[in-house]
Amino acid sequence: MTPQHVSAAAPFAPAAPQAPPRRDRKRSPGRGVGTSSSRPDGIPKVKGQFAFSSDLWADGMLWGRTLRSPHPAARIRRVDTEAARRIPGVHAVLTADDVPGEPNYGLEHPDQPVFASNVIRYHGEAVAAVAADHPEIAWRAVQAIEVDYEPTPAVVDPEVAIDAPPLHPDGNVFRHLTIRHGDLEAAGEVTVEGSYAVGMQDQAFLGPESGMAIPGDDGGVDLYISTQWLHVDRDQVAACLGLPPGQVRLTLSGIGGAFGAREDVSLQVHVCLLALRTGRAVKMLYSREESFFGHVHRHPARMWYRHAATKAGELVKVEARLLLDGGAYASSSTAVIANAACFSCGPYRVPNAHIDAWVVRTNNPPCGAMRGFGAVQACFGHESQMDKLAAALQMDPVQLRLRNALRSGDELITGQRITGTAPVRECIEAAVAHPLPPDAGSEGRGPYDPLLLPGGAGRTADHADVRRGVGFAVGFKNLMYSEGFDDFSTAAVRLEEGGDGEPVATVHCAAAEVGQGFVTLAQQIVRSVLGVDRVVLRAADTRVGSAGSTSASRQTWMSGGAVQAAALAVRDALLEQVAEARGVEVQGARRKLLTLRDGEVVHVEGRFRLTLTEALDGRPVEEVREYRHAPTMPLDADGQGDAHVSYAFAAHRAVVDVDPDLGLVRVLQITTGQDVGKALNPLQVTGQIEGGIAQGLGLAVMEEIVVDGGRIRNPSFTDYLIPTALDMPDVQATLIEQPEPGAPFGAKGVGEPPTISSTPAVVSAIRAATGIDLRRVPVRPDDIALGVTGSAFSAK
Amino acid sequence: MTVARPTTLDEAVDALAAMPDAQLLAGGTDFMVEVNFGHRRPTEVVALRRVAELRSHSTDGDEIVLGANVTYSQLQTELAEALPGLAAAARTVGSPQIRNAGTIGGNVGTASPAGDTLPFLAAVEADVVLASAGGTRCLPLADFITGAKQTAILPGELISEVRFADVRGPQQFLKVGTRNAMVISIACCAMVVDIDRRRVRCAFGSVAARPLRPTEAEDFISEALDWSALDAEADAVDRFAELAAGAAEPITDHRGTAEYRRHTVKVMARRALTRSLRA
Repeated sequence: MTPQHVSAAAPFAPAAPQAPPRRDRKRSPGRGVGTSSSRPDGIPKVKGQFAFSSDLWADGMLWGRTLRSPHPAARIRRVDTEAARRIPGVHAVLTADDVPGEPNYGLEHPDQPVFASNVIRYHGEAVAAVAADHPEIAWRAVQAIEVDYEPTPAVVDPEVAIDAPPLHPDGNVFRHLTIRHGDLEAAGEVTVEGSYAVGMQDQAFLGPESGMAIPGDDGGVDLYISTQWLHVDRDQVAACLGLPPGQVRLTLSGIGGAFGAREDVSLQVHVCLLALRTGRAVKMLYSREESFFGHVHRHPARMWYRHAATKAGELVKVEARLLLDGGAYASSSTAVIANAACFSCGPYRVPNAHIDAWVVRTNNPPCGAMRGFGAVQACFGHESQMDKLAAALQMDPVQLRLRNALRSGDELITGQRITGTAPVRECIEAAVAHPLPPDAGSEGRGPYDPLLLPGGAGRTADHADVRRGVGFAVGFKNLMYSEGFDDFSTAAVRLEEGGDGEPVATVHCAAAEVGQGFVTLAQQIVRSVLGVDRVVLRAADTRVGSAGSTSASRQTWMSGGAVQAAALAVRDALLEQVAEARGVEVQGARRKLLTLRDGEVVHVEGRFRLTLTEALDGRPVEEVREYRHAPTMPLDADGQGDAHVSYAFAAHRAVVDVDPDLGLVRVLQITTGQDVGKALNPLQVTGQIEGGIAQGLGLAVMEEIVVDGGRIRNPSFTDYLIPTALDMPDVQATLIEQPEPGAPFGAKGVGEPPTISSTPAVVSAIRAATGIDLRRVPVRPDDIALGVTGSAFSAK
Repeated sequence: MTVARPTTLDEAVDALAAMPDAQLLAGGTDFMVEVNFGHRRPTEVVALRRVAELRSHSTDGDEIVLGANVTYSQLQTELAEALPGLAAAARTVGSPQIRNAGTIGGNVGTASPAGDTLPFLAAVEADVVLASAGGTRCLPLADFITGAKQTAILPGELISEVRFADVRGPQQFLKVGTRNAMVISIACCAMVVDIDRRRVRCAFGSVAARPLRPTEAEDFISEALDWSALDAEADAVDRFAELAAGAAEPITDHRGTAEYRRHTVKVMARRALTRSLRA
């Protein structure tokens, strides 16, 4: 049985394949690498025909639902599922006792129970799951499960958690990382110190968690799922089910955004358990409310910094203490804290650094991956400090950053030298080169639009109530996985004659398309390498090798590299095949006599030209390749080591209008220079930049999961606010193209940098407009209106 | 679940007479959210959208009559000139889709402290007309809304109309929210300057369980205003704002602190009055 989709279109099938003109056509120069080729799933998405995982459907399927804890900390005295089981239409009620394999799962450390058995560690932790004929029956069954909780005191302050009695057998400190670099006695002439805090941001993807599991004839299970990494899900699910990985087959379903929130297992194990128990297809689909409890969030942070510089503005030393709240379970906390520490000083030459970073367990919601991954929190700290330092030095903040900007060849605080490109200066200069927006009242602006003042549709401000500010920030982070991780991707490329006699290439890669546009790039790469117009993408699944995670801005480089390598191998195999068929001489040399140019196999001495179809001669060519980036190594006890592969940089300038009396903000403009290596699809790069800025702006002025005593107070889009069109500023982006050595096509990942420094740029602009020393994001209206600046963290 | 879908008011009140405990659906922008959260589990529903006569409105003569099914979209377009303060309030509600669905009757019936049209209706001292199989009755809004999401509606009754006397003079609406659009109010303010009766009336939302009328502030400024020039001394404006803020009974919740809410009342009172004076 395979699931049907409610809507007709398969996720990545071209909407309506058209037979290209024959023979004399020019080779699609408009659709290869470097062009703004359109997405294969773009039109179906716009027309509402794209099948998301929430649209999965199978005849006779059941609906799954989770029972979650209302308490952040409790002991479970008893779970009674009898009443739930007796409800007609209920087919299974499962608890911890029903997990046949490993009771726990986790991305890096399996410390999170599939179902809580005797201890509740966070508000919303799963306790049981049901499968029923109808969602309403499933809802009633969940209500009918009796759980006797004994609430216990919740540890919700990460500073307290460090030394508190362990909340879990694995202890409360997920990782404490130190960086000791250079001369720790070094002192500067000017010193600035500050404490900063970052609230809990949600990824707020639009398509909630959903998937369908179908039991297989072999005792295994097929899982159709939206995830960021099929193979890591498979391994965790198989372990919990007690099945060999080969009996757990995953197929990627249409994904409505991810941003890190789909790295961890959510409903995967539950839905498979229900399917195997009932012998029926089971679908699960979280509501928006449940989604807030069903995935990890961005770590809240408390940070203390002290920067020392010369009078001329050269950084001498940075000291920092960073404390991230990891919530109840480990997720990817140990990698997030490494990023926070490694990038804690920003993209500057810092000869001496003394950094301590902790990520700890509490009874708050679990935190893990989100776009920017630790670099976001640190960037708010180091960029706030750079502004403070500029003020202390009476220096222009942009000049201060230029003076200290990293360059290729410089050493990071981890002792690693940057061997690739580092166009920090270019990013900064490009961001500030864009003209500032005109004043609201000035000529040429057109009719005065009150909607564009702070407060927007609420019409709270008049022009006289508004003050303008300009702010600036720079950020960077690593691309791909670090610290010695064996990071690779796999792709298969097949070239054959299609039904209409035209060549068609098929790509099979397990890379998760979460909206970032890998599907477009894969097509572009194959078109450029093989000169074939029609490139079909097979569904991503676990029948091909792992592609690694759609995270860490890595798929363009990693799976792009795998697709390129496989396509090149296909090209070579095709040339071999032609050489053999046509009797082109001798091994080795004969390949040089043949070349693939503009979609034709050409004998360089002019003996023949073959179309791809002629060259294939009815024999398909298929190659599979694995791609690995250069190896990295773990950090040593002093946080030193070549832990990272490559870095991407961005600078942002924000212009804001603030109504200081009410504390309301409207961001007018954000300009940016971003280091992209090479833009493989400029339109998609621009899309990533605009989207990343929206998310960065959201963290600056509105996005926060309000957690009170371990409980989430705003699990809805009514009260978890994300920017609307009226909140988005004009975005002007300059792409800095300096091809990265070692990267396929010279391209760097582009997804995360826009989110990292846009947040501190906006806050810097609000400070400039109001003069208030804002030390916490998101900046709330009362922070401005009542001068509440927050955060006095100094750690120990 | 039983759903009645009447097309006339008579059918609607008959359906309600047959199912006195039925829940009323009039746009669903609150109702369905509560269903989705599992907070409301309706077994009987009277759906009012098809009752065309509840969708009409009249601004002829001295009395304004708004059918309960008039949507926010209608308020912000069809009534923009006649009732600029109410149109401005309607414009701040949710998204265009929400404004196409949500109704003034629904806003009044839900009686949320954050209901965006309620401060305006409080400021114009609107009456709520309740229809039932037994006839109609009329209650002042202040008596109809008895607490946060609490009303005086009786089983078998539905809101058919909202009526109030026409007012000549400037109208204002201001709403504070953390986002520039599509946001639940942290606090909001409606003001009507009644030139004929020489009376400033205003009400604030989200700063008390019910729409808040700062009557002492109204009395003060109505007295202090130079009605012939429609002007006031700066000190009087400040005093008015202080009195309004003093009347607020805000709470702290995840949307904002009580202190901030009280502060916004002061700022909005001052701005609403200033705009009215210079208008």
